[in-house]
Amino acid sequence: MSRAASLPITVREIAKSYGNVRALDRVDLDVRSGEFLTLLGPSGSGKTTLLMVMAGFVRPDCGSLRFGDDEVIRLAPHKRDVGMVFQNYALFPHMDVAANIAFPLRLRGVPKAEAARRVEQALAMVQLAGYGARRVDQLSGGQRQRVALARAIVFEPRILLMDEPLSALDKQLREHMQIELRRLHEQLGMTTIYVTHDQREALTMSDRVAVIERGRIAQLDAPRRLYERPSSRFVAEFIGESSFLPVARVDGGFAYDGRRLALPDGPAPEGKCLLMLRPERLRVLGAGPPAGMNLLGGTVENVVYQGDTYLLQVRLKDGNAVGARGVSTGTAMAALPPAGADVILGLAPEDTILLPDEGAPP
Amino acid sequence: MSADAGPNAAGLARDARVERVVLLGLSLPALALVTVTMILPVGWLFWLSFLADDGSLSLVHYQRLVEQPSYARIFRTTFEVSALATLICIVLGYPLAYVLSQLPPRVAGVAMIGVLMPFWTSILVRTYAWLVLLQRRGLINTWGMELGLWDEPLALVHDLNGTLIGMVHIMLPFLVLPVYGSMRAIDRDYLKAAANLGAGPARAFRLVFFPLSLPGLMAGAIIVFILCLGFYVTPAVLGGGKVIMVANRIANDIEIFFNWGAASALGVVLLVLTMLVLWAASRLLRLDRILGGHGT
Repeated sequence: MSRAASLPITVREIAKSYGNVRALDRVDLDVRSGEFLTLLGPSGSGKTTLLMVMAGFVRPDCGSLRFGDDEVIRLAPHKRDVGMVFQNYALFPHMDVAANIAFPLRLRGVPKAEAARRVEQALAMVQLAGYGARRVDQLSGGQRQRVALARAIVFEPRILLMDEPLSALDKQLREHMQIELRRLHEQLGMTTIYVTHDQREALTMSDRVAVIERGRIAQLDAPRRLYERPSSRFVAEFIGESSFLPVARVDGGFAYDGRRLALPDGPAPEGKCLLMLRPERLRVLGAGPPAGMNLLGGTVENVVYQGDTYLLQVRLKDGNAVGARGVSTGTAMAALPPAGADVILGLAPEDTILLPDEGAPP
Repeated sequence: MSADAGPNAAGLARDARVERVVLLGLSLPALALVTVTMILPVGWLFWLSFLADDGSLSLVHYQRLVEQPSYARIFRTTFEVSALATLICIVLGYPLAYVLSQLPPRVAGVAMIGVLMPFWTSILVRTYAWLVLLQRRGLINTWGMELGLWDEPLALVHDLNGTLIGMVHIMLPFLVLPVYGSMRAIDRDYLKAAANLGAGPARAFRLVFFPLSLPGLMAGAIIVFILCLGFYVTPAVLGGGKVIMVANRIANDIEIFFNWGAASALGVVLLVLTMLVLWAASRLLRLDRILGGHGT
């Protein structure tokens, strides 16, 4: 199997309501050809609905969907020619592994010998060579996942859709499969839409991530930008850990707790603002803090040992709680102030992110 | 107890034994019932079939079954009528179960009451009701002729037609229920996957839905066929003496000739043939799946 041709996907104003619940609220989305794009959101945000609209299993109320130049919004699912990996894999229990993978080839009239060759190839690609004669119920979860993947790519679709394909696997296997899916994507190059609610998975695998909030795309960006420059409190809270502090506007800048904040270049948001704090970006400072950092003073409430990292829970002077995380080396642990001690936390200007304050989250 | 038994080994082993005894105790009433109502009478039947009229051990009843061609004919009729009734049940019941399985569960529940309604009336009442409907001057013939659909009364009863109509009516729920159950159990994602991989509705049905519903269909067909083999009331009332099945002959032998031995021999042969059918079906279709096991 070689690099297949891939297609861009264009989504315009797709809306879908169930009763008075808006699952999709006039969504626009441009997926680049060959891109690995993840739809990330909490359950009920509409990410799966959007994927199902692309596969043709959900009929939207309105909107346009193009694969390349072709409008497909009214095309029946079996004519769309996209591969799909289902959350529960949906492997046919009355067929063995080889017959499952050969199914799309059989429907396309591929001659038997040719189909058998391509099945073997697909099995080798997902590292299950020789498993063709197994029954589906003889496979482990991870193996089923691979067979489902082989079945979805064996007919060389130009678009691949995946609906939380790793959610049923345990953590170690999931992390292993994430890297493998990424490798397969690089090898095959088909445009891939991946649905997950696991932010870490999204950041690990994707070229770009679309964060979905109540039927709308809240932010669409590359993983690093999404993490470091979230556009809203919702995105910041959904991706990674964070805490928020109210900041005051002072003549052309911002201040927290009376101290003026050193900010990165670029425009600050309008209106009321919040300071976003990522625990791992806060540094515990000893005597003689380095110049140029924003400083936060407080009292240590608790030191939590978490294996690879520690978490220092700090109560700031105004009563807000923040966390500071670091690698739990022996030196770092020894240098940590004990509970009850005063501490100064430092935040580099490039990590000092202001977000518009939209009011308390629901 | 072995020397290296861990702490409390003896006590834990006794707990396990007690649990087994309790379980056995709970199943005892049912076992006793089956023994009294099933195994004893069948054993007695079996014993009677080997006794000649003078009370000596003999194969005379079985000899008659083999020698008299009328018996072979009765068995053939029984199997033919049962097979035909089963076939008609499949043709009528499978699409019905399919429609029910596609309805939203709540609507399907209401529709299922319609399917099960016949169960709430006795077979005898239903059979006589058909007699009223189907006879020469019955409702169907009267209306059919008044509407000009046919000129002469159709022969709908007192023959094979009537027997089949009655049997199918009674048996249909036994087919619909397991088929419906197996269809409901088919994950819709299988059909989505089939569509996604390129199968239109017809091919998705033929290649995925139908094979997955097959265990239920087979279970239903076997239940219907085996129940049909033992039918008595319906052929007696609606067959008009033209459809004589094994059960009718058994009744005759006992009521008219008081020949318990002959009747018992018929019963034993029918029982053996039924078991053969079940055995063949299980070989053919893996009964463990049909009876609800998961297979391996």
